[in-house]
Amino acid sequence: MRPLDEKETTQVFEKLFKFTGPNLKHLLERPAVEGPDPEPGRYCLRLHRNRVYYASEALVRRATAVARPCLAAVGTPIGKFTHHGSFHLTVHALDLLAAHARRRVWLKPDTERSFLFGNSVPKSSLARITENTKAGDGVVVMSMADVPLGFGIAARSAQDCRKADTNAVVVLHQADAGEYLRKEEELM
Amino acid sequence: MAKKGTKSKPQLPPLAPAGKKGSKAAPPPKAAKRVPKKQMLLESSDDSDTEQPQQLQEEDSDIDVPSDSDAEELSGSDAEAEGGSSSGEEVEEDEDEGDDESDDDSLADDFLADSDEGSGNLLRSLVGFTEGGDSGLDSDDSDDLEAKSRAIDERQQKAEDDAEEELKTNIRSESDEFKLPTAEELEEEAHLPPNLPNLKRRISEIVRVLSNFNKLRQKDVPRKDYVNQLKTDIMSYYGYNDFLIETLIEMFPAVELVEVLEAFEKRPPECLRTNTLKTRRRDLAAALIPRGFNLDPIGKWSKVGLVVYDSTISAGATTEYMAGHYMKQGASSFLPVMALAPQEKERIVDMAAAPGGKTTYIGALMKNTGIIYANEFNEKRLHGLLGNIHRMGVTNTIVCNYDGKELPKVLGMNSVDRVLLDAPCTGTGTIWKDPQIKTSKDIEDIRNCAFVQKQLLLAAIDLVDANSKTGGYVVYSTCSIMIPENEAVIDYALKKRNVKLVPCGLDFGRPGFIRYREHRFHTSLDKTRRFYPHVNNMDGFFVAKLKKLSNTIPVTSESTKASEGAAEMADSSEDDEDKKTVNDEREKGVPDKEEKAVQMKNRKETKKTNKGANITKESKHVPDRPAKHIKNHKKDALETDGPESTEPYVDGKEVHREETKQTGQKKKSTSDRTKKFGPKSTLGLKEKKPVSDTKRKRKWQFKLRRDWEAEKKSDKRRKV
Repeated sequence: MRPLDEKETTQVFEKLFKFTGPNLKHLLERPAVEGPDPEPGRYCLRLHRNRVYYASEALVRRATAVARPCLAAVGTPIGKFTHHGSFHLTVHALDLLAAHARRRVWLKPDTERSFLFGNSVPKSSLARITENTKAGDGVVVMSMADVPLGFGIAARSAQDCRKADTNAVVVLHQADAGEYLRKEEELM
Repeated sequence: MAKKGTKSKPQLPPLAPAGKKGSKAAPPPKAAKRVPKKQMLLESSDDSDTEQPQQLQEEDSDIDVPSDSDAEELSGSDAEAEGGSSSGEEVEEDEDEGDDESDDDSLADDFLADSDEGSGNLLRSLVGFTEGGDSGLDSDDSDDLEAKSRAIDERQQKAEDDAEEELKTNIRSESDEFKLPTAEELEEEAHLPPNLPNLKRRISEIVRVLSNFNKLRQKDVPRKDYVNQLKTDIMSYYGYNDFLIETLIEMFPAVELVEVLEAFEKRPPECLRTNTLKTRRRDLAAALIPRGFNLDPIGKWSKVGLVVYDSTISAGATTEYMAGHYMKQGASSFLPVMALAPQEKERIVDMAAAPGGKTTYIGALMKNTGIIYANEFNEKRLHGLLGNIHRMGVTNTIVCNYDGKELPKVLGMNSVDRVLLDAPCTGTGTIWKDPQIKTSKDIEDIRNCAFVQKQLLLAAIDLVDANSKTGGYVVYSTCSIMIPENEAVIDYALKKRNVKLVPCGLDFGRPGFIRYREHRFHTSLDKTRRFYPHVNNMDGFFVAKLKKLSNTIPVTSESTKASEGAAEMADSSEDDEDKKTVNDEREKGVPDKEEKAVQMKNRKETKKTNKGANITKESKHVPDRPAKHIKNHKKDALETDGPESTEPYVDGKEVHREETKQTGQKKKSTSDRTKKFGPKSTLGLKEKKPVSDTKRKRKWQFKLRRDWEAEKKSDKRRKV
């Protein structure tokens, strides 16, 4: 487990920035909750076996005692580096993103299943969308009960969505909660 | 049809049919048809043939003459119809005879009448039998009314007599003494495929005999024979292997044994645990019920549990599940975490964490504060564990893949507040989930499991810090009902480490075994809890909560000596951190005590290196001490003999001091023990001395000591 180097950090932050915007600072500078110390410090990112983990400093300190082959996870994984070095966010970051993302999209109740199976969101499934969404923004997909279902990239801006065709793709799927069932091996 | 309405009555008195059939003056057409059929089926005699043509003749005549008593006919036809239900097969024969109308009616009537009780039919068929013989005799309706009524009475009487006889024969056959099948019968059975109802009946019969053995036994048949027959029957009926049946028979009385076996045949109830990090039970139920779930709170004992009676979709496929709002978990899996009671900001270790239900529950209880080390030995189960942890939004975990025994080396001894050990076991409590266990477990499996469990439990105890402010607890649980894996393991730990059992905090469930066959366990084992499917409607489970008393590991493995030594060492280790000068006295006392123990037993090798290490840690000067009563000189004499040789600094003065200190310290330690852990504690061992007088003295000793310590403390503070 090691801290990320410059290049890797930029890649991660870029991806996160799409969702959080200026809130990104807040993500890393909020006081941590985890850890048995009275002041667990802040959060940090660590790299372990090509996966990036988001954990409080207290946790990270204690995890150094665990041998590298035996360590499986620390805190929350947010994404992984692929074989050729690009970074992708995974579904485990959902809770974090849902808490800090600026743009959200709400789906109609009957259409949740489709998204949870890994499909992109067509206009017909769209119930609500945050007003100032631009194309290329990261959006968190929620159900009408405000349950985060996944996240993706907005294919159109909010205005364009209104004008769009019913079958036009509005949100490009990146990750959804159904992957916990579909891709059980994903964290190994 | 009015008739059809009345047919729903369960049983018309035999009077009516008897009367009706007797009065052949105006029997309804159907009735006439039915009687011959009954005769054909029941009698299978020649009579029916002779009577049929007669009846047919009568039928014709009847059709021509409308009867006076129409009402009677109606009721009679009802009775006839009911009687006819016993001859349901005879419906086809209706077609052979006369009217089409009546055919249809009789067919319909038969179907309706089929729902009536068979016994009534039996009676009526008997009546029909008897009547059949008479039916030929009476010819006219308008004839002798008196004769008719006499005939009716006779028939009724006969019917009642027959019924009574039948009842008697039935009762007699039931109260027959149960006899064990003979060897020949068994051989016969062995050749045929197993007759399940027969087996079941025999099992319940044997259980009945065994539960009231003196009265219901056969003469000169030993109990063992009954038990053996029961065993073989259970093995073939329920499908268990020999070993499991033997152990179950030994553990449960006969009646309860059957309850246990029956419970294991049922389907386990499906339970969910609300993830309090993301939702509340109320909200979750409100979200799931519209999806077609039939839910209920699991019971008073849990605020987060839900039991699912049935559902239109699988509980693992809902949006809420994927969002991590709940976890599918057995009801029994709630219990060890409830017993553990993790607090916020604690350090917890879950030594066998997969698939993660308990780990996530701990995380939810701690509200993501503190830290959980979730360890899983089996790599293949790691991804399930990780998936569950992250799905449920538990962020304070470090997941690792170690052998549980190595954890103290990795994380450090005495480093965490609580440990949960849900030990790998044979799983005999979960037979209803995995019926394969019935045949696959053997004594070797249990022994191997017990061996691993003991090692893991010792490692778990070593991980815990006895001096933790909020914790110092180990919870050991298994999903097995076998005693070698449960009570025996806890007993072993009590002997090997300075721990004691504390109440689990679960107010239901049976206390664990204190003695079982030839085993005698520590008396505090009644604080452990056992759960059974037939009692609690959850997996067979065992939960024990241990509190670690001190961080030092006892040298001897004798339970009594270890406990006394433990008390001493408990005191010593506590003061270790204070680094008080008092400590060395304690230290000196400790090896003495141990030496004495060793001497008394004359068996163990004293590990002098241990003691030496302890002693050299502390500073060497001896402080002033208030005068203390010197009790039990005999003991002192014993003590001082040995230690003199081993003590590094032997001084006349110091020896004396040591003596006093030893005794004082001993007294203090015991009084400390009693004070800290209550009058009944000290690991449940009895004091050898009489209590009252010495207890008073000890209390005084303790008071003196406390005052002195307080003085010292204030002195130190002033200095600083």
